[in-house]
Amino acid sequence: MSDAILEMRGIRKTFPGVVALDHVNLTVRAGEIHAIVGENGAGKSTLMKVLSGVYPHGSYSGDIEYEGSVRAFRDIRDSEALGIIIIHQELALVPQLSIAENLFLGNEPSSLGVIDWELAQRRTRELLAKVGLNESPETLVTNLGVGKQQLVEIAKALCKNVKLLILDEPTASLNESDSDALLELLLDLQRQGIASILISHKLNEISRVADAITVLRDGNTVYSFDCRGEPISENLVIEQMVGREMAERYPPRTPDIGDTIFEVRDWRVFHPQHAEREVVKGINLHARRGEVVGIAGLMGAGRTELAMSIFGRSYGQKISGTVLKNGQPIDTGSVSQAIRHGIAYVTEDRKGLGLVLEEDIKTNVSLANLAGVSKNQVIDDALEYQVADGFRQQLRIRCSGVLQKVLHLSGGNQQKVVIAKWLFSKPDVLILDEPSRGIDVGAKYEIYSIINELAAAGKCIIMISSEMPELLGMCDRIYVMNEGAFAAELTAAEATQEKIMRAIVNHGDKHGH
Amino acid sequence: MGTKLDIGAIPGLAESLRNAPPDEADAPEAKNYGSFLKNNMREYGMLLSLIVIMGFFEFMTDGTLMEPLNLTNLVLQNSYVIIMALGMLMVIVAGHIDLSVGSVVGFIGALAAVLIVNFHVHYVTASLICLVAGALIGGAQGYFVAFFKIPSFIVTLAGMLVFKGLTLALLEGQSVGPFPDGFQLLSSGFLPDAFEHDTLRVTSLLVGVIAACVMLVVQLRGRAKQARHSMESEPHGFFLGKLAVFTAAIIYFSYLLASYKGIPNVLAVMAVLIVIYMFISKRTVLGRRVYAVGGNEKAARLSGIRTERVSFYTFVNMGLLAAVAGLIFAARLNTATPKAGVGFELDVIAACFIGGASASGGVGKVMGAVIGAFIMGVMNNGMSIMGIGIDYQQVIKGLVLLAAVCVDVFNKNK
Repeated sequence: MSDAILEMRGIRKTFPGVVALDHVNLTVRAGEIHAIVGENGAGKSTLMKVLSGVYPHGSYSGDIEYEGSVRAFRDIRDSEALGIIIIHQELALVPQLSIAENLFLGNEPSSLGVIDWELAQRRTRELLAKVGLNESPETLVTNLGVGKQQLVEIAKALCKNVKLLILDEPTASLNESDSDALLELLLDLQRQGIASILISHKLNEISRVADAITVLRDGNTVYSFDCRGEPISENLVIEQMVGREMAERYPPRTPDIGDTIFEVRDWRVFHPQHAEREVVKGINLHARRGEVVGIAGLMGAGRTELAMSIFGRSYGQKISGTVLKNGQPIDTGSVSQAIRHGIAYVTEDRKGLGLVLEEDIKTNVSLANLAGVSKNQVIDDALEYQVADGFRQQLRIRCSGVLQKVLHLSGGNQQKVVIAKWLFSKPDVLILDEPSRGIDVGAKYEIYSIINELAAAGKCIIMISSEMPELLGMCDRIYVMNEGAFAAELTAAEATQEKIMRAIVNHGDKHGH
Repeated sequence: MGTKLDIGAIPGLAESLRNAPPDEADAPEAKNYGSFLKNNMREYGMLLSLIVIMGFFEFMTDGTLMEPLNLTNLVLQNSYVIIMALGMLMVIVAGHIDLSVGSVVGFIGALAAVLIVNFHVHYVTASLICLVAGALIGGAQGYFVAFFKIPSFIVTLAGMLVFKGLTLALLEGQSVGPFPDGFQLLSSGFLPDAFEHDTLRVTSLLVGVIAACVMLVVQLRGRAKQARHSMESEPHGFFLGKLAVFTAAIIYFSYLLASYKGIPNVLAVMAVLIVIYMFISKRTVLGRRVYAVGGNEKAARLSGIRTERVSFYTFVNMGLLAAVAGLIFAARLNTATPKAGVGFELDVIAACFIGGASASGGVGKVMGAVIGAFIMGVMNNGMSIMGIGIDYQQVIKGLVLLAAVCVDVFNKNK
């Protein structure tokens, strides 16, 4: 294709133990809006990092041909110099600086090191007019909403003479009118000859603006649609996104399900900083003894927020709703109360929220139940050691001994330490948030086995996961969550990846459009 | 241990895991002297540095350093730094800092002087009032730090100014003293001697020997317990070597002190406090929580620990110990002056960092802080005897602090 501005051919990128991208091809024609879709972890962000030079030439294999010649970007400056600008999901603006200061950060118009603020102001006004943002250049970025911050980011890209603009989930945190404005701007830029790559989950938006769609799945390009001629079928895209076979990756289990022991009614949570933003919107959930209940959804759907707000109000404000255990309302207002009522929460952020990395395995295991290893507030060293060593054997935590620091353990073994910590708090209800994230296949299987055994032992498991096959392979029932509410509830028998994805997409269309 | 262990065991779990596909093996079991030394280099290194520094000054001062009189002075001069270092270590481990302790020392001394000298309150009552006041001061600052989330650096910087000012106000710019004899004994007194001996205070020597024996028994019993439960422990050689050094050091020092006036009261207070804080930090639930909060506050909170309360307690404790130090310092000078306590916070904080505490919290040992304080004290004392001016003393102390922390960072990144 001679009119291609960008061609990525046979891209392969590996991380220790994981192949993130394999044989990925992507062709973007000059002046088109090219959408990239795929599940979480399909490799979209990794691909963009390869393109922008975050992963330098040499750390991947394959060719990047841009504007007719093969390029070898060493870092993000190299790609920016040629007009490839990436706007990440987490915006890279300095909140306490003004719009003008942000636009020219690292690129200040100056002579002899003295910044020419008049010039900067004038150019800022021009750029803001281009993106349709009616704000003074002096305004601090922190005072702008997320939608306007996006526009500032785009203005910043224009300021760097962008030719290929990459947007990673730009509308994920925007409301409807801001999203519309952003998409209009993209079309406007297209008319000025600027090509864009748009990473998004929202198929309605994609069908509105995209000229072509590339689907990534498990690090491979599985399909490329050209949709300039005729509109695409959403069904086809969804099929391509999820259509993978489920092999024997999940240990077998015969469910033995008892009475409902855990129930949450009309649970509402608001954002901790933005009191007007409702993050969890009236969730009703129940789980039975011996049952593995899944919560599916995309990142940002509010699943972690739901779990953490239930677990001792560890997230959000203005929380309302009832938690019941064995039919009785219980107070889970603090973490210690939640633990006392037999609830445990295994966080998705193992290192940030789950472990004290500088401490050893023994200390981490006993942390949530120090009373269980102490008498009159004095810790019984030997008992604590035995407890930790018992878990080490049971969960097969591979280490040189329980006095080893958890910092040096592999991801899978760290996860086992976190699970051991919560098992020692003797819970009846275990909420597992992305329990298999960032661990290798073998360790995943072991974690799944542990989950099955816990269910068989009569615990009630609530499992949050972004990996649909994992939920389908493990759960007896799946809630599909989207934008703070449950979009569907599916039993193991009826659940398929297509149904889950369709529930998310339809729900998103209904609410986001 | 014959009893069955209830750890929420899941029957059949280990078996089902054994059927799981194997994954690549993790680090092989390695338990030898080399790896143990590597993991514990910091502690042994500290002790070794102290010994080397003492040896150096012993040599440079032609033996003056270890003379009984000088040793007694060394203890008296550094007691309040060591006592405050115990509290400061807890504050630093919890992830905070307390800059106000020097001013609090001055303020408590002034309060004691005003109560005892001007208002003729009995010195025991006055001391108790001072201790309560110290705890309240710590609590007030801790309240802002823990519950209002104001950085401790700022809160205690404010406290430093406030209490420096209040000291001046309380004393009206004058020195107030002297204290009654009973109060002075806190600092200048020695353990009473029950035996009549001309050159040796036998009681003090006996106390030292008994302390060494108690330590021996406790250590050996702990070791036996570890062996009984087949827990990992430090290699035999290190254990016995360390034990021998400590026992010999305690007995030798008590002998040296006994050949002068005996064990100072302050040393007894200090030793008891050190033992208590070692126990709290290593063996109690509270101590464990302090380390967890400093190590990863969010993980601690999600494990059911009330992190604010833990931070608050460390400040209350710091205030209390600063009050103890304030009383000792006032008793030692036998007067309360507006200048008392100026700059103490720097020595105390330096002792903790030389002793291996991490500025980001979660890491640090009581014994390390004590050794750190002794290193600073021995250097002060040794350099003074050698006639090095206060100017270069400061320079050298600053460089030692920097070097100690550099070694830490280097070890960590390796």
